[in-house]
Amino acid sequence: MTQDILVVAEHLKGSFEDTTFELLAVARKVAAQTGGRIVVALIGGEPSMCSELGAAGKVVNVTGEAVVNFNPESHGAALDAVFEAVKPRMTMVGYTSMGMDLASTLAVKKEIPHAAFCVEVDVSGTINAVSQLYGGKMNVTSDLGEGPCIVSMLPGTASPDDGRVSGNPPVEQIEVPETDGKVRFSRLIEAESGDVDITAKEVLVAVGRGIGGKDDIEVAEELAEALDAAVAGSRPLIDAGWLPKSRQVGKSGLKVAPKVYIALGISGAPEHLEGMKSSGTIIAINTDKNAPIFAVAHYGLNEDLFDVCEELTEAINER
Amino acid sequence: MKIAVLLKRVPDLVEDLVVDASGKALDADEVKLTLNEFDDHALEEALLLKESVGASVAAIALEGEDVDKMLFTALAKGADQAIKVTGVAPVERNLQLARVFAKVVEEGGYDLLLTGVQATDDRDGQVGAMVAALLERPFVSVVTSVLPEGEGVKILKEYAGGVMAEFEVSLPSVLGIQAARQAPRYAPVSKVRQVQQDSTLETVDCGAAEGMPGMSVVVMTPPERGEGAQMLDSVEEVIEVLASKGVI
Repeated sequence: MTQDILVVAEHLKGSFEDTTFELLAVARKVAAQTGGRIVVALIGGEPSMCSELGAAGKVVNVTGEAVVNFNPESHGAALDAVFEAVKPRMTMVGYTSMGMDLASTLAVKKEIPHAAFCVEVDVSGTINAVSQLYGGKMNVTSDLGEGPCIVSMLPGTASPDDGRVSGNPPVEQIEVPETDGKVRFSRLIEAESGDVDITAKEVLVAVGRGIGGKDDIEVAEELAEALDAAVAGSRPLIDAGWLPKSRQVGKSGLKVAPKVYIALGISGAPEHLEGMKSSGTIIAINTDKNAPIFAVAHYGLNEDLFDVCEELTEAINER
Repeated sequence: MKIAVLLKRVPDLVEDLVVDASGKALDADEVKLTLNEFDDHALEEALLLKESVGASVAAIALEGEDVDKMLFTALAKGADQAIKVTGVAPVERNLQLARVFAKVVEEGGYDLLLTGVQATDDRDGQVGAMVAALLERPFVSVVTSVLPEGEGVKILKEYAGGVMAEFEVSLPSVLGIQAARQAPRYAPVSKVRQVQQDSTLETVDCGAAEGMPGMSVVVMTPPERGEGAQMLDSVEEVIEVLASKGVI
């Protein structure tokens, strides 16, 4: 094992995802503590992208037809090869759609510990990682020992700007190992465009599970109309078919940053917060006073959302 | 096609969570467990596959409080087989659960394993991914559609921003389901009762799970709120905030 910190870069259609730079930001802090080198695993991607990886001491670029597009099988084999070449003390992966295909499987294959849902890493003693569990209601610190280990970091836990450094790190290219071809990439499908672009709205009225039923969304729609806002929703509502996919805020939905974000009956699971915590002003209305949403909201009201919606709509319409 | 759906119970987040005296775990007496919602989606997607191509669906879960009812509910929804795994020491880690599932599944000879993409207590990673790695089968997560295609399945995987990727996956394989093609069906209590009278759960006895890379819990605490939200007392105060931000 080396002291290296291996960061698994994530990219789509030729551009890095913010996750990559967030991981690098955390890796820089860890490296400052341990004196380890940051090595980036760039699986697929263009060599020109390496100029954005100035935070790294080295880039291992895995190339080949099989990794042009993300493929869980090929990327898994590629990461395995990089891991064996680098022998890192810590491997950092985003807790994202792509990262979720790689981290747990690598941990099992290498028989090393893996902490998911991570928001913090501390290496002042043994490696400790803080996971945000139970929908953000508990933080659990795990002791991962001396390493090697894997941490999956929740997106949005560090500033990508702290990891975005231009430079020319040395690049080693390796060919992607051959696989059985059991997973075959077919195509990318662009996001459905909806009737409303929720990323362009100044005010959003977002509803969560607390709304109760599909017909109850009407109260939120009335409030949104009074505010010239759009109605957005958290994942469970979209999965239930109560709102179209184009209205989803969060991990598998859209990232929004309106001037004002009104969260109605949204508990504030990490996956949702990821999509809205950069909003200018967040007003959370929830009957659960322990809801994690109140940790990121600027203002909170501990009342029934239906009463609040009705009163608000009426008051605004009277102005 | 022979499908197995792996079901896991997680703390119901509607209830308040309390840390026990050790400071390292939830107080078991205060926790109400409920089916992981993503596992419910996995079951739904399996049932949709069954309806379209005539697959058989087995629901598999570890024994525990209310697990019988959960498995009978799966049968009432349309699963063909419900398997309760017994004889396992208390499971603290997903890796232990994954080892148990891997053993049961391997013996059952299933072509396709579906499970929820994640659960809120996945401290050491996702069960589905681990089962796949243990069985050396291909794995894709954040899946929102599974359709039969040739000898395998055609799936959709979701990325951020609503972008999706389509893959063809050979069987046997393991998929982590984010959302089924339709909202999970509901089984009326009367039907679950009927099933409970008419059918039996199969049990599989499974020994302890070995081989755990060390990963102890240091401490469990509710997150620090920092400044947190400034709590308001009335709708009038919300109006004042909205007015101060210039949106009304």
